[in-house]
Amino acid sequence: MTLHQIAFAAVAAVTLISAVFVVILPNILRAALFLVFTFLGVAGLYVLLNAEFLAAMQVLIYIGAITVLIMFGIVLTQQLMGARIRQATQVRMVVIALPVVLIAFAGLAKTFIRPFASAGEHVAAAPAPVDAGTLHQLARMLLQPYVLPFELASLILLAALVGAIVIAKEEKD
Amino acid sequence: MPPVTWYLYVSAALFCIGLFGMMTRRNAIALLMSIELMLNAANINLVAFSGYLTEHTLVGQVFALFVITIAAAEAAVGLAIVINVYRTVQHINADEINIMKW
Repeated sequence: MTLHQIAFAAVAAVTLISAVFVVILPNILRAALFLVFTFLGVAGLYVLLNAEFLAAMQVLIYIGAITVLIMFGIVLTQQLMGARIRQATQVRMVVIALPVVLIAFAGLAKTFIRPFASAGEHVAAAPAPVDAGTLHQLARMLLQPYVLPFELASLILLAALVGAIVIAKEEKD
Repeated sequence: MPPVTWYLYVSAALFCIGLFGMMTRRNAIALLMSIELMLNAANINLVAFSGYLTEHTLVGQVFALFVITIAAAEAAVGLAIVINVYRTVQHINADEINIMKW
């Protein structure tokens, strides 16, 4: 195994183990904390894929904004001192969900991933180029061929901002 | 470089963990967290294919950037709805919020 593959294994292990904690921990505040480690692991995967700008955006937006927003949501809607914060998952649902999830994973692996394993050498060992121009190229793509979706995304963000304020605002008659 | 299938397996596993969370959790915020896991799994796929298959165009990275934008908007609006629901019915158990069922 090369150094790159060892780094991949470590980052993937951190991502998946903390993701499991996110969905099984009864204390939802701790689950949100493990969400941070999952997002960090995904950012590490982006770095290994030479997508440094996306890794930075992952840390800024997911860890810096979304996780903080989720924690605000938790402390605003739970009685922290009481027993309500413990959201015990029912054993019955786990018994149903576990086989479904395993079948889904097996199906994904068989139909979607297996074809790429035998797709040839260029897929199996493509040396992704490490050049400083990635960010430059990304900016060029966002502002030339994808400028319309780019502007639409800003419109969606504005709509979500106004909508969130309107929905969460307390109504005083 | 690890082969592209390694990234695909990690992404599929992350998606399935999110699916498990969606099926077992009852708290609405925990459901939102599971959705974020599944969106991240999709992003890993996009960036992996961008790096391995179309290494000179970065289309996958651009698309992943848009997915992150939508995820941020979704989290903001979703949490606003959760807070509003909590103000109305004093809990956020997703399977007990059924006043729109009739």
